[in-house]
Amino acid sequence: MTSDATSSSRNDTPSIRVGLFVTCLVDLMRPNVGFAAVKLLENAGCRVEVPELQSCCGQPAYNSGDFSDSQRIARQVIAAFEPYDYLVAPSGSCAGMIKEHYPQLFATDAGWRNRAQQLAGRSYELVSFLHDVRGVAELGVARTGSVTYHDSCSGLRELGIHGQPRALLGKISGLELREMTDSNVCCGFGGTFCIKYPKISEHLVSNKVADIADTGADTLLGGDLGCLLNIAGRIKREGRATKVYHVAEVLAGMTDVPAIGDAELPDGAT
Amino acid sequence: MSDAREQVLANIRGALNREGPLPDSIARSLQGRLSRPRANLKPAIGDDLTAYFIEKLESVSGKVTRVASIDEVAAVVARHLERFDLGDALVVAPDPALQGIPWSNRLRVERRAAAGGDRLSVTGAYAAVAETGSLVLLSSPESPTTLNFLPDDHLIVLHESQIVPHIEDVWVRMRRDKQAMPRTVNFITGPSKTADVEQTIQEGAHGPRRLHVILVAD
Amino acid sequence: MKPTSSQFKKSARVALVDPDLQRAMGFIKTGFVEKRRAAVERLPEFDALRRSARGIKEHTLQNLDFYLEAFEERVIANGGQVHWANTPQQACDIVLGICRRAGAKRVTKGKSMVGEEIAINEALEGAGFEAIETDLGEYIIQLAEEPPSHIIAPAVHKTKSQITELFHKHHARYGYTERQTEVPGLVDEARQVLRGKFLSADVGITGANFLVAETGSTVIVTNEGNGDLTNTLPPVHIVTAGIEKVVPTREDVSTLLRVLARSATGQEMSVYTTFSTGPRRQNDLDGPTEFHVVLLDNGRSQMLGNEFHAMLRCIRCGACMNHCPVYQGIGGHAYGWVYVGPMGAVLTPLMVGLDQAGDLPNACTLNGRCQEVCPMGIELPAMLRQLRRRQYQNRQTSAVSRMALAAWSFLARRPRLYRRVLGAAVASLAWLARVRGRGRFRHMLFAGGWTCARDLPAPQGASFQNQWRKRRQGNQS
Repeated sequence: MTSDATSSSRNDTPSIRVGLFVTCLVDLMRPNVGFAAVKLLENAGCRVEVPELQSCCGQPAYNSGDFSDSQRIARQVIAAFEPYDYLVAPSGSCAGMIKEHYPQLFATDAGWRNRAQQLAGRSYELVSFLHDVRGVAELGVARTGSVTYHDSCSGLRELGIHGQPRALLGKISGLELREMTDSNVCCGFGGTFCIKYPKISEHLVSNKVADIADTGADTLLGGDLGCLLNIAGRIKREGRATKVYHVAEVLAGMTDVPAIGDAELPDGAT
Repeated sequence: MSDAREQVLANIRGALNREGPLPDSIARSLQGRLSRPRANLKPAIGDDLTAYFIEKLESVSGKVTRVASIDEVAAVVARHLERFDLGDALVVAPDPALQGIPWSNRLRVERRAAAGGDRLSVTGAYAAVAETGSLVLLSSPESPTTLNFLPDDHLIVLHESQIVPHIEDVWVRMRRDKQAMPRTVNFITGPSKTADVEQTIQEGAHGPRRLHVILVAD
Repeated sequence: MKPTSSQFKKSARVALVDPDLQRAMGFIKTGFVEKRRAAVERLPEFDALRRSARGIKEHTLQNLDFYLEAFEERVIANGGQVHWANTPQQACDIVLGICRRAGAKRVTKGKSMVGEEIAINEALEGAGFEAIETDLGEYIIQLAEEPPSHIIAPAVHKTKSQITELFHKHHARYGYTERQTEVPGLVDEARQVLRGKFLSADVGITGANFLVAETGSTVIVTNEGNGDLTNTLPPVHIVTAGIEKVVPTREDVSTLLRVLARSATGQEMSVYTTFSTGPRRQNDLDGPTEFHVVLLDNGRSQMLGNEFHAMLRCIRCGACMNHCPVYQGIGGHAYGWVYVGPMGAVLTPLMVGLDQAGDLPNACTLNGRCQEVCPMGIELPAMLRQLRRRQYQNRQTSAVSRMALAAWSFLARRPRLYRRVLGAAVASLAWLARVRGRGRFRHMLFAGGWTCARDLPAPQGASFQNQWRKRRQGNQS
C-alpha cells in the first residue's frame, strides 16, 4: 500500500482514499496541474495517493481503432485504481474514457466489464468531484482579473460538466467570469485529429481564439490540458496576450508559475 | 423484380437472425398495432384552439380573416383579389360547402381543377390542426389537389368547428368518418417558401405566394 | 455520382481557403443552428418526443420485413405498384423501365437523397430522358453541374452572387435577360422558369421521408411546393425510398414529424407535409394514373443488428452536419459523395467502401455535438470509432501512425519504463526551452502537424510522477 507523507498527518482522521489519475498530458507537460489537484483534494478532506502503475487511459489507442491495446491499458488502470474509494482525474476526456468507455471496451468479457463498471461508478473528473461529491463550498482563494471558460467536449457531453467549474470559480473573490460565444464548440484538438488534419484543426482553433479574444478576458481556463495546449499554442502563434491556465491551478491558487506556453511569470506573481 | 424482393427480405431476416418471416403470433400482434394505432406523446397546447391555430398560422405568414358567417366570404375574396391586383378570375373547388357562396357578377368563377395560369383558388378543407397552424386537405373530386399548389394565391374557407387540437386528431376524425386515405392528404402551413439562397427566407417558391384562411365562426 | 472521397484532404484544404464557400457556410450558424435552438426551447416535450421517436424506429427495424410487406400490401390495395431493388443499378433499371413504358420524355424531380445515391439523373439522361430538378437548391446545383453539399439544403455552399450568375447564364434561353441580384427576384425567376417544366412533365419522381405501413402511404416534408407539383401533375408518379423509411402508423409519423422539422430547419411544421396513397381515384379531377414505389436496400439490410444499426434510425434531417464544426469549416463537397457531414462520415464509407473514403471517419474530433442534436440519438462518434477499428484491423491506416501508436502503447503498458523514457524526454525539452528563454517551440521535430498551425507549449520540467516519487522518497528518508 502506498502512502505519501503529505497526508500522513491525516491518518488519524477517517478520510476518503482518492487515487489520483494524473493523465499523460498533466504528467508530462504540466505537473503543476497535478499538484493543484492534490491540494484541492486534500483541502476537500481526501487522502490522495498516486498509484505508480499508471501512464495513459488508453484513449489514443481506442480512438485510433486499436481496441486490444486499449483494453490492455484499461486493465492496468482498473487493477491499479480499484482499491481506492474514488479515481479522480484532472481531465474530462480521461475521466470520460474511464467512466463511459471502459465498460463498453469489455462488452464481451463479463468479468472485466463488471470490474470496469465498478470503477466507472467511482471515477470522476476533478472539478465535478469537488463540487458534486465533496460539496466544496469555499476555496479560500482570491484572484483579481477576468477569465473565460472553455468547455471541453468530452467533459461537457460525456460527463455533463458545465455548471461545476463556473460555480467554483464564482467562489473566488475578485474574479470576473465572462462567457465566450460558442463556449461549447470544439477547439479542434481531438487527440490525433489536430496532427492528422492540421488545416481543419487550425480553422477550428483560430475560431476559438477569436471567440476568446472577443470576451476581452485576460485569462482562459479549462478542464482539459489537451484543449488548453492547443488553444494556448494558437494564442501564442497569433501573438495574443491571453494567459492560459488549467482551472485546477486557479482554484488551488497555484498560478505562481508561467501560464501555458509562457516562460515568464505572470505580472505581480512572487 | 421478384428476385430482388426475395433477396432484400432474405437480407433483412438474415441480419435479424431469423430463418423466415416472423412467427404468426408476433405477426398477429403487429397487425393489431396497425389496425388499432395509438397516439404517442402529444405536446400540450392551450384550451383555446381557435386562438392557438390563428397564432401558429400567422407566425408563418398565413393570413386569417374571421367572418361571422359564410355570407361574408365573397366579400373577403373580392377584397383579396383587389388588394393584390389579381384580376377578376378565380377557380373555386367544386365543393358542396362552397356551393352557395354568392360571388359578385364582376368575377369570372370556374369550378374545376387548377390550370397553369390560375391566379387565385378558393377551396374548403377537411380540418385544421391547432398545434401546428395547418390546414388539412384531402384530394377528391370536390377538392382537386392542383387548386392547392398551382395558383398564385390560395384561399381556404374553414369553419371553427373543423379545428382539431393535434395532428393525430386528423387520423381519428378520418377513421370516425370512415374516410379512407385519398390520393393525397395535404397538411398546408403557410405560403410556399424557400431558404435556399444564403438561408434567406423567401415566400412564394413554387407553391402559392399567399395563403389566406377565411375562418367562419360556428 | 462517382465518389471523390479519396480526395478529402486536398478538397478540405481548398475549401478552407475558398472565400465564397466560407461566406456561404457562415450562414448556417445564424440560420439552421440558431433556429433549431429556438424551436427546441419552445417545445418542453422535445426530449420526450425524441425518445419516443427513437423507440418507434427501433421497434420498426426489429420487424422491418413485416412492416415492408404490410406497406407493400396496402400500396397495392390502393392501386399502386411496389418494386424492390437490392442495388442502385436495379433501382435505376426499374425507374427507366417505368419511364420507357410511359413513353416519357421529360421527368421532373422532387428532392430525393436516394435518387442521388443511385445517380438517377445520370441514368435518365444517359437513356435520353430530360431530368429536371425542381427543388430550388437541387435546381441550382443541377445548373452548376455540382453534387449536393448538404442533405436538405443542397446548394448551401453557393453565395447569392454565384446564383445570380448561374441564372443569368442559363435563363437567357427562356427570355430572361435581366440579372437578378436579390433573393425575391431570383426565387421568382426560378418559379417562372420551372412552372413550364412542371406542367409538361411526363413522369414525376419524389423521395419519401416516411413510408406508412398502416396505409401504404409515402410522405414528403417540404416547403417549396415543388414536391407536390411533381407528384400531382404528371401522369406517372415514382417514389424512390430506402427500406429503412417505413414506420408503422400515421400516429407514428405524427411523432416523427414533430422532431424532424425542428431538427432540420427549426420550423415546427414544414409548409407542405403530404401523404400520397396510390394513383388518382376514379372521379378525381387531377393526379397521376400510375403510382410506383421503388424500395432500395443497397447495404441497409447489412447494417441491421451490427455496430452500425443505429444509422438506420436516421431521418435525414441534417442537424448533425449543421452543428459539426468540421463540416461548417469545409462544406459538403470535401466528403466526396452524396451523404456528408457526420452521417455521411458513417454512411459514405459503408456504401462506397472504406478504402475509398478512409479519411471520413478520421476527420472528426469525436466532440459529440452531432449525437447531442440528433433527434434519433444516433451514436455517431461511436460508429466513426468502429469504422476506425475496421481500418486498424484491415491495416488501412498509415504505417507511420501505426508505429507511433504502437510505440506509445508499448510504453503506456510499462509504466516504469514510460516514466523513465518519457520523463527524460520532457525534462530535456523543458531544459531546451528554458535555455532559449521561451516557453514554447515554433518548430518541433516530428510534430510538424502541430507546429504548422500553433506553437507547442514547452513541458514544465520533470514529470509529475518523477517529482512525486522524489518527494515521497525525500519524505521517507
